Amino acid sequence: MILVQEFDAIIVGAGGAGLYAALEASTTARTAVVSKLYPQRSHTGAAQGGIGAALGNVEEDSPEWHAFDTVKGGDYLVDQQAARILAEDAVRAVYDLENRGLPFSRLPDGKIAQRRFGGHTHHFGEGPVHRSCYAADRTGHMILQTLYQQCVKNDVQFFDEYQVVDLLLEGTTVRGVVLFELKTGELHVFRAKAVLFATGGTGRMFKITSNAISNTGDGPAILARAGIPMEDMEFYQFHPTGILGMGILITEGVRGEGGILKNSKGEHFMETYAPTMLDLAPRDMVSRAIMTEVLAGRGIRGDRKIDDYVWLDASHLGRDVVEQKIPDIADFCRTYLGVDPAEKPMPVQPTAHYAMGGIPTDVDGRVDTGKVVYEGLYAAGEAACVSVHGANRLGTNSLVDLIVYGRRAGRHIAEYVKNASSPAAGEADADRAREQLQRLRNRKGGRHVGPIMERMQEVMMEKVGVYREQKEMEAAAADVRKLREEFQEVAVQDHGAGFNSEVLQIMELENLLDLSLITAESAANRTESRGAHSRKDFPERDDETWLRHTMATLKGDQVVIDYKPVDVSIWEPKPRTY
Amino acid sequence: MNVTLAIKRFNPETDSEPRIQNYTVEVQPTDRILDALINITQNQDGTLGYRRSCAHGVCGSDAMRINGKEKLACKTLFQDLVDQNPETGNAAAAPATIEIEPLRHMAVQKDLMVDQGPFFAKFRAVKPYFVPAAATPERGEYIQSPEERELFDEATKCINCAACYSACPILDKNPDFIGPQAIVNAARFIFDSRDAGLEPRLDVLDTKDGVWPCESHFECTRVCPRDIKITKLINFTKREIKKYRAARGEETAEQK
Ligand SMILES: Cc1cc2nc3c(=O)[nH]c(=O)nc-3n(C[C@H](O)[C@H](O)[C@H](O)COP(=O)(O)OP(=O)(O)OC[C@H]3O[C@@H](n4cnc5c(N)ncnc54)[C@H](O)[C@@H]3O)c2cc1C
Ligand code: SF4
Ligand code: FES
Repeated sequence: MILVQEFDAIIVGAGGAGLYAALEASTTARTAVVSKLYPQRSHTGAAQGGIGAALGNVEEDSPEWHAFDTVKGGDYLVDQQAARILAEDAVRAVYDLENRGLPFSRLPDGKIAQRRFGGHTHHFGEGPVHRSCYAADRTGHMILQTLYQQCVKNDVQFFDEYQVVDLLLEGTTVRGVVLFELKTGELHVFRAKAVLFATGGTGRMFKITSNAISNTGDGPAILARAGIPMEDMEFYQFHPTGILGMGILITEGVRGEGGILKNSKGEHFMETYAPTMLDLAPRDMVSRAIMTEVLAGRGIRGDRKIDDYVWLDASHLGRDVVEQKIPDIADFCRTYLGVDPAEKPMPVQPTAHYAMGGIPTDVDGRVDTGKVVYEGLYAAGEAACVSVHGANRLGTNSLVDLIVYGRRAGRHIAEYVKNASSPAAGEADADRAREQLQRLRNRKGGRHVGPIMERMQEVMMEKVGVYREQKEMEAAAADVRKLREEFQEVAVQDHGAGFNSEVLQIMELENLLDLSLITAESAANRTESRGAHSRKDFPERDDETWLRHTMATLKGDQVVIDYKPVDVSIWEPKPRTY
Repeated sequence: MNVTLAIKRFNPETDSEPRIQNYTVEVQPTDRILDALINITQNQDGTLGYRRSCAHGVCGSDAMRINGKEKLACKTLFQDLVDQNPETGNAAAAPATIEIEPLRHMAVQKDLMVDQGPFFAKFRAVKPYFVPAAATPERGEYIQSPEERELFDEATKCINCAACYSACPILDKNPDFIGPQAIVNAARFIFDSRDAGLEPRLDVLDTKDGVWPCESHFECTRVCPRDIKITKLINFTKREIKKYRAARGEETAEQK
């Protein structure tokens, strides 16, 4: 039975961004949080290293330096006023989390502990600074748990295991969403004056990734299919240190505590690439350094293949540091590699980690394409692009983004719904989704999702990875187009109604395919190297032409590209060295 | 190597009782059990039901019984279960069979998916959120020494996977027992120097279905994938309640 329900606001996603927005919005607006996972299973819980804020608990620090580092780290594609808000509000955000009970690690004087992290500096780049506030190497777990606990305390209304499959718009005004309920297999229509998408990352486009299996970019893909352009999708971050072959993340905090990268000759190769920041240079640079070593035959296997690896050595830090500061990393290494990091180096390779791009928003979370502002439609967290991360996100800045911009969106929603009128939406609005489901279910024989998924992930990893060039990216786009056709032949095997997760996985694959196409096309279009987008055929940054955001609209199997200006109102773009 | 997964399946829409279905999969010794389950659903049989997300032991989605013990499918490798030739690293001659069943003490929704509703309701009952002991600082953090912080560290690690809840022998005979995970999450706050502690949670903990049914069988501690010393935390909590009641000349629910 179709359920039609009405709310003031719907928050899609119960990770850090969604939960914080919900806490704010639900103070005055009738708010529903819908999530395909139980909230506590969201991938925010996997974040390890910390949340950046210039508290200055260990040494002198300032929000201005934090904002500058964010802009420079993002290779000047960051909207600078947004970065300023991020850095200034970060301090309040961290205290707020602590005051809500978050168990940060502590300094001897009882204040919140802070560690060094990549690209975070004092005095505009003079040297590394202790800015990352952490709870051992499970900061994200603590944030997710604390925010969920606060939602329990405040009686926030949750719809767990409801997957949003469609967005309802009237022109450029939001009306609600269509959801698939896992338990019953029913489609429902939730009507609302405001809808926030906080659906998290898209890392499952790639073969080797730190992202959860459920990080399938549902929000961006649903909005893209509704004709909303996606911003800067070519900027996808490869974190330098994923566990070999699995992609499981080894936090930059390991290097923050003194861990170093070594090639097959035992050389501390970051000395060549970033003489000041060394292993704590920003991620795009460290990932490129690793790939350069690998391609020069100095990877550990030495076969120059892109899946060769290097060592991350923390064995000199001593057992106490390893067990106290990075206990979970030690556990992962023992479980998956049989390696004890207090004794032996860890084999690492770049792993697909974070989408800098996504749903374009203004500083209040409103979906804003630069040409149109969608009424009542919001996005926050990794799914959104404010843009505070530009061409390359600094470590610890995503967790800040969730809290700062999740809160701002939640507040704006609470105000907005007071004066907005109730939209119309009814059972018939589920028709499009129902027809799609029917087609899947009626198809006889048909393909499994596995081979299509694997092929997409391989193509994206090989051709739209750390180093890129025209031919390859075009080939990737062509391959993905073919896979999208093959996808039309996928059939459901599970014809049961309740707890049919197969249907949902098929829809997730469709989302990933759409985003892969947008990513490959956006990447092929940008003929320069900037931040995480690094081209062999165009190795230089080109501010003259490319100091602008990509806005990519999906039209059938074509991607139409437009642009939006970058806010450079505070710091003038400079060459980026560390 | 080839392994057989003998999976206990049940779909209430079509089955009157559970059945065992065998799947043969080719795996590497270093593959996770979860990798094999994904392989089955994506390439062999899309109808198999289970939950998963993070794939590295931090989200708590995929606790199940593997060869009779509660484990996370994503944190258990085939080499941990299958006898191997120590020289070649290959599986011993006969293909290994690994038994997989859903968690206990929760109703099966489908195959390896169980209804965690009651489990989470017990969690919510212990007020698993910060109840500040003092007014919020005007600016800045509550001060807490590293030693004070250490006191409740272990309890903060819980990922709510319900492995302990399934392994607990007390829940066999008393389904109303709030269970190990709820107590761990209460202890998380009771031993936090910033929190009002025991008092707001007594009405749930100091009852006949609260902490007292626990008989220290240590099954929870044995299976916890986060290595939380659960039984110890339960005993600390009991001791705290006794101290609290004794100081007021009251009896605990156990003594009543
Ligand atoms: C291993 C790892 C370590 C990291 N470490 C750090 C760190 O130390 N510091 C830092 O700043 N950043 C870190 N990051 C990045 C950061 O953790 C993430 O970017 C951030 O947590 C994303 O939060 P979110 O709220 O946007 O999304 P998520 O936490 O991923 O939540 C997404 C939510 O959306 C829901 N959802 C998705 N699709 C749908 C749908 N169709 N319908 C309904 N609900 C849906 C999901 O159920 C989930 O609740 C790390 C990332 C990873 C992967
Ligand atoms: S205490 Fe351990 S076994 Fe129990 S729910 Fe928490 S993490 Fe799982
Ligand atoms: S899938 Fe997250 S704990 Fe196993």
